[in-house]
Amino acid sequence: MTEMSYLDGNMLDGPLRELFAVDLSSATGRCESCGMVGPMAGLHVFSHAPGLVGRRPACTEVMLRLVRAPDRAWLDLRGSTFLQVPMPPDQPHPRPL
Amino acid sequence: MAAPTPGGRTGTPLTWRVARLVERRPETPTAQTLVLEVPGWPGHVAGQHVDVRLTAPDGYQAARSYSLAGPAEGDRIALTVQRVPDGEVSPYLIDVWAAGDPVEVRGPVGGWFVWRTTEAAPVLLVAGGSGVVPLMAMIRARRAAGSRVPFRLIYSVRTPADVIYADELRRRARDDQGLDVAYVYTRAAPDGWRGEPHRLGLADVNTHGWPPDLEPLCYVCGPTGFVETVADLLVGLGHPARRVKTERFGPTG
Repeated sequence: MTEMSYLDGNMLDGPLRELFAVDLSSATGRCESCGMVGPMAGLHVFSHAPGLVGRRPACTEVMLRLVRAPDRAWLDLRGSTFLQVPMPPDQPHPRPL
Repeated sequence: MAAPTPGGRTGTPLTWRVARLVERRPETPTAQTLVLEVPGWPGHVAGQHVDVRLTAPDGYQAARSYSLAGPAEGDRIALTVQRVPDGEVSPYLIDVWAAGDPVEVRGPVGGWFVWRTTEAAPVLLVAGGSGVVPLMAMIRARRAAGSRVPFRLIYSVRTPADVIYADELRRRARDDQGLDVAYVYTRAAPDGWRGEPHRLGLADVNTHGWPPDLEPLCYVCGPTGFVETVADLLVGLGHPARRVKTERFGPTG
């Protein structure tokens, strides 16, 4: 892998929006390998593989793999221990349903 | 403007829309601003981007992300595209795409590298080359909203001929109160510029940026090596990493 061969984590926004109802661009994730928490947008994305591979910049471990075929997608998050997604405040129902 | 909620539900699925070229403006010998008409465009926030997809007659597809260059005007959006030699998408958009031809666009996407006009903190923008595009969107959005938040832009380019939006930046630095623009030239500087051509370094960030105790928001966009260098400098100067937002672009295009 050459030093400059990766893309920006921000480019994951479009491909991930195909899968999720929430915008993950401001989500943070924890790397299983080094334990650091950082924004998805901060990942280094390698797109030469048949798919997208997101690595932590510091430890270079893989946190996310996304492969898109015409009729399905594979998402592998085994390098992430959690994703934290900012959400609008939950609005409790004013009375029992 | 129907902006998506911060990092929250956007409600509508992200779909590819057919866009057509309505105007083409040369910015530098290698960069052009393309104005696209996208029927049903929902609006966007400065710093967001779109994915552009081309489909060849044999079905082969190539998609790239491009930053939005300014606020939307109804169904019209502007992208500034830098030609990447041997790229798959940018040479088509710059050399081949004709008025009325369709391409597919989806977006806006991105909720992290964005500046909202409700923000009150001072802003430092650091651009390398065509990394100025999303930062210019922030400068334009600031002006459009009548915001008085102080902005500083440090713009690193090879030569004066490589400055994208040169005229508008000159005008805005004069007319938009609270906007300062400083240039760093890496290969050839204009006459009268103080200093020798050099790569942007600690002294430039120190001279033209904000001190960390003002708690500015920092946005850095440019080629990968440039962004990593500047982000490291800012964090080294004491800016918290979470206030230093980065967007890099790689060699593909």
